[in-house]
Amino acid sequence: MFSDYSMSELTAIFAMQGFAGLILFSVFVLMALGLAIIFGQMGVINMAHGEFMILGAYVTYLMSNLFADYMPALFSIYFFIAMIFAFIASGALGMLVEWALIRHLYKRPLDTLLATWGLSLILQQLYRTVFGAREVGVTIPDWMMGSLPLTDLIEVPINGIFVMVLAVGISVGVYVMLYRSGWGKQVRAINNNRQMADAVGINTAWTDRMTFAIGCGVAGVAGSAFTMIGSTGPTAGQLYIVDTFLVVVFGGAGSLLGTIASAFSISQAQSIMEFFISGSMAKVLTLLTVVGILMLRPQGLFSLKLRK
Amino acid sequence: MQPMPIKHPFLTRRDIVGYAILAAVIFVAFPLLLEPFRLNLFGKYLTYAFVAVGLVLCWGVGGILSLGQGIFFGLGGYCMAMFLKLEASTPENTSIQSTPGIPDFMDWNQLTALPWWWEPFNSLFFTLIAVVIVPVAFAFIIGVAMFRRRVGGVYFAIITQAIAAILTILIIGQQGFTGGVNGITDLRTFNGWDIRTNDAKTLLYFVNGALLFAVLLIAQFVRKSKLGRLLIAMRDQEDRVRFSGYDVANFKIFVFCLGAGFAAIGGAMFTLQVGFMSPTFVGIVPSIEMVIYAAVGGRLSIIGAVYGTLLVNYAKTTFSESFPELWLFGLGALFIAVVMAFPNGLAGLWADHVEPRLKSLWPRGDAKHPASTSPATTEETPAE
Repeated sequence: MFSDYSMSELTAIFAMQGFAGLILFSVFVLMALGLAIIFGQMGVINMAHGEFMILGAYVTYLMSNLFADYMPALFSIYFFIAMIFAFIASGALGMLVEWALIRHLYKRPLDTLLATWGLSLILQQLYRTVFGAREVGVTIPDWMMGSLPLTDLIEVPINGIFVMVLAVGISVGVYVMLYRSGWGKQVRAINNNRQMADAVGINTAWTDRMTFAIGCGVAGVAGSAFTMIGSTGPTAGQLYIVDTFLVVVFGGAGSLLGTIASAFSISQAQSIMEFFISGSMAKVLTLLTVVGILMLRPQGLFSLKLRK
Repeated sequence: MQPMPIKHPFLTRRDIVGYAILAAVIFVAFPLLLEPFRLNLFGKYLTYAFVAVGLVLCWGVGGILSLGQGIFFGLGGYCMAMFLKLEASTPENTSIQSTPGIPDFMDWNQLTALPWWWEPFNSLFFTLIAVVIVPVAFAFIIGVAMFRRRVGGVYFAIITQAIAAILTILIIGQQGFTGGVNGITDLRTFNGWDIRTNDAKTLLYFVNGALLFAVLLIAQFVRKSKLGRLLIAMRDQEDRVRFSGYDVANFKIFVFCLGAGFAAIGGAMFTLQVGFMSPTFVGIVPSIEMVIYAAVGGRLSIIGAVYGTLLVNYAKTTFSESFPELWLFGLGALFIAVVMAFPNGLAGLWADHVEPRLKSLWPRGDAKHPASTSPATTEETPAE
């Protein structure tokens, strides 16, 4: 199959395919970061994670319309403001959900799973009622359109680069929050030993609520970023949920580095295979490999050594 | 010193009355009250009850939450559908195709010969075995891989969910072999017997009901046996059971395979009664919905699972016919309510509210009166 192409064309194909893999990697990282906080640190199964992302996407959609109608002068930077609002909206909803549901269920993880699934159904229907069943897309500002020609043959889309930059930025942000801030220290202390953390005076209930809210907020920002590369529908969140959980579990829950490493390997494997076989088979093979590895190594790629 | 033997009768009088009432509902009340179309619909609901009963054993009793029961329901259903499809695809019926004698969707996808793994499904005997064996073998592989490595709880749920997703993508992607997103449709006869007539559907309803009762009694037997008590012990204190010398993994594998086998029978009966099978019954969404049937009935109650399945599905049909927007709100609220407000489901509500009142109406002889018809056994609290 390679003989039909010249050497430079082949390089270009691999470069573009690698770049497509990098965009997929950024998407996976963005999806998984919020869950890495909520599931990885708190051990809460939030099946409504996808719906928190979609909330961020819809907020971005609303902001895009708002700026186009009332503040066209600022339209080129609306996206940054939209991201902040997406964070606040998803975070606030997360806080509400933690208060109403999650805090009663910390000792019953399987029940959390069912309750948050119920929440995801309600949110989906809510989106459908408010925004309609059809997918909506945002208007991308001019500077994000088009692509950047690196050589004659290799072109990279600007919105893809933007999503990558965002993924890196948010990863760094989450890293700093978890490993370099007082809040992160508290979260990790609670993750290690809840009773001791309580005993040394950490307000565990409040930290839990904040952690959940921040995780949901990060999901909202991820959803906001996705509007740059695709459209948003009420049930889109459900499509992400398996991938997202697998990325976090595969990386080893509780390890941020593991999450990023697993997002990288899964996305690269998938996009490289997509070149050779059909998209659905590439997906099947990737997921099967991940599940197979998880059966051999249930603790994931990187696991924290904890005394349980 | 010999410990006193504790009696765990297979069926208490309370259970017998409960099963008798359920039998009266399924075999007498429904066929008398419902027109054939509705009866077929209820037959379809009852096929989900097979899955719910399996989940009561796996999840309620054993503490293993599988979010992939749709896999086994689907595999059982697909095995049956393949047999029916081959029977419907005689060279005479398919003479307009470019390759007569193969199923129509294969012809549409430019296949010119039947794939080798479709061949055995020409045989009814093989199919009837495969309906149960294929899903159980699949469950066995998953179970051995997971439980031997002590993967359980949440991780097990996530991985079974991922497998359900993989299987759906595979079925949809390989449409030449599986019929793709439409599934296997246009099924006509079962060993020469037309399954599309009303008479056939009524008969299938009764066969389905009888099979369901067989499954219920097996489940009841497991529940009351030593195995059932071990499962509860494992659910609550797995390490203590392990340190007592029991091989925890084997019990888990067994109950998971049993649940898969139940689901598979349900799937095959679904195909026969509804006349098609499609990936919509395999994926993540149906698999989680099946959990809610067991949860609404009361996750520990075998009879409750049947009532829960009937109630949720009846509500689904009614709501989606008249208020489609409200259904997802209702289903979502049901998930939350069943976890937050009444974790023992209908069975728990019955035991807590209805039964005491009935007893106060008839203070004497509890066991002889309808007061003892509770579908519930609520002696255990749900898994923490």
